[in-house]
Amino acid sequence: MKEKIILRVISKFLIPYILLFGLYVQWHGDFGPGGGFQAGVIFASGFILYGLIFGVSNVRTAVPSAATRILLPLGVLGYGLVGVMGIFKGGNFLDYNVLAAAPTGGQHLGIILIELGVGVTVATAMITIFSTFASRAELQKPRDEER
Amino acid sequence: MIAQHLPILQVVLPLLAAPICMFIRHPRVVWMWAFVTAWLCLPMSVGLLLKVLEQGTIVYNLGGWAAPWGIEYRIDILNSFVLIIVSMIGAIVLPFARRSVEREIPQKRIYLFYTMLLLCLAGLLGMTITGDAFNLFVFLEISSLSTYVLISFGKDRRALTAAYRYLIVGTIGATFYIIGVGLLYMATGSLNIADLAVLIPNIGGNRTVQSGMAFLIIGLALKAALFPMHMWLPNAYTYAPSVVSIFLSATATKVAVYAFIRVVFSIFGDVNILEILPVRNMLMVLAIAAMVIGSAAALYQTDVRRLFAYSSIAQIGYIILGISFDSVTGVTAGVVHLFNHALMKGGLFMVLGLLAYQIGSTKIQDIAGLGERMPLTMAALVIGGLGLIGMPLTAGFISKWYLIQAAIDIGLWPIAFIIVLSSILTVVYVWRIVEVIYFHRPVNPINDIDRAPISMVAPMWILIGATIFFGINTNATLEIAGAAAKALLAGGV
Repeated sequence: MKEKIILRVISKFLIPYILLFGLYVQWHGDFGPGGGFQAGVIFASGFILYGLIFGVSNVRTAVPSAATRILLPLGVLGYGLVGVMGIFKGGNFLDYNVLAAAPTGGQHLGIILIELGVGVTVATAMITIFSTFASRAELQKPRDEER
Repeated sequence: MIAQHLPILQVVLPLLAAPICMFIRHPRVVWMWAFVTAWLCLPMSVGLLLKVLEQGTIVYNLGGWAAPWGIEYRIDILNSFVLIIVSMIGAIVLPFARRSVEREIPQKRIYLFYTMLLLCLAGLLGMTITGDAFNLFVFLEISSLSTYVLISFGKDRRALTAAYRYLIVGTIGATFYIIGVGLLYMATGSLNIADLAVLIPNIGGNRTVQSGMAFLIIGLALKAALFPMHMWLPNAYTYAPSVVSIFLSATATKVAVYAFIRVVFSIFGDVNILEILPVRNMLMVLAIAAMVIGSAAALYQTDVRRLFAYSSIAQIGYIILGISFDSVTGVTAGVVHLFNHALMKGGLFMVLGLLAYQIGSTKIQDIAGLGERMPLTMAALVIGGLGLIGMPLTAGFISKWYLIQAAIDIGLWPIAFIIVLSSILTVVYVWRIVEVIYFHRPVNPINDIDRAPISMVAPMWILIGATIFFGINTNATLEIAGAAAKALLAGGV
């Protein structure tokens, strides 16, 4: 779809805002509606739009599979380690209250870190799923180029 | 500090060890890592069981939020017993896994295999330990998704279709379960199992609650492979890598049955659902059908793995039958058979894993005459088979003895006969294997049988030996199962 000028220009214009909105939902999760899962999906949808318009190989260059392979488990680990932090600080697993000096601060910190872990894993998972399936289709029939 | 957080560490340890496998990646080191993790899980389960026996139910609040709102882990005798089954099998399977996996799975995918195995372990332990109906769903999905991947690792290309089929059926099962939880939540406003048990008696006749129960039972029966919902199981066990069939046959369906028991006796314990609705008769009919049809189908199999997969369906029938009796003896029989069957089937599938390693096949014509070439391994196969039949001095005898006793106790003589009939069918299919092993000539003699590595033989004999040990020394298992059954029937959680 690279030749379709409207798609190309509009998506180029939109992608930065999609990513920015993803980050907003991510970091605003402790105050307003939002959180890691939604943020991860929004953030990844920027990459998926990029892949649809400019080709999957470009997404692969932007986010190589070596990076996704590290980021995927990293998010899960981050989540888990925040939970374990609660135990080390003298609370139960996933007890945010003990993470900072004041319980409110601890809740903020805990939820931000947890959601960061969720966001990283969800975004990478979406990108991985998209690029795995799409590169399969591209291998089978590169018909888009002929049109 | 550790003792206090044991309930959560039991789950978090394998759950966090799994993603770390992705960073290690070296096949041997990843195996070491998984091995250490599984062996750390076992003492934790033992510690939890001892603590429960000593001071009663343990409650652990996640994140410090109290029960009906937060997620709580609640461990009583029943689930600490199931925890032991899962982590024990995990610990015994891992030494076996090293050589078997090296042979059956491509070198560069081994780290992914162990990642999934640890995730599956974490999921099963989590399902067992949690006291929250929704959290149980989450762990059900963790264990199921990793199971689908594990099955698809099989060498045979049919492993992919088997995994796909299980994915479809398993997803339907999990969806039914979550619909059931949703309906209960709608009616009661609670997701905590203990809390549900308190709230439901007040609204027992409610249509929403009843349909919720139907969804829960069907969903979990699909995961447990209860008779008409078993079609995913034979292919999954046959084409999965050896280690996976050992691990799954000994744990996965057991944990689903455990969740089933929780629904019937804990959530709907005070309503006594087995009495009000014809659930009890329905379960009894399905269990009997599973026992007879599973055993009969096993007679016709040409692959020994498939044969034992069908036999598993029959054995799940025994467990569910025990539960459907709704008496202390019956539930004791069901719970003790969870453990005994895990030992026997784990041991038998290990023998088959060894066969796959040594002669590269588990077809019935390929094991002809192996009694001479591999006397010890074949002896293990026979002992495991005797356990399935329920010979005295094997663990299988104890379960069947209690099951028949329970049937007679409530005056259901015909069922006692059907149990014996199904045991006779078991004799026939086990005899068929014995005959082929000892009295047939090898069809195409295999000259180069690989030497069996000690790391695979030892775990196999531990499980087969345990089948005999727990057939003679039955105090521990029966006492725990009996205590669990009494607690369940008292309507307690």
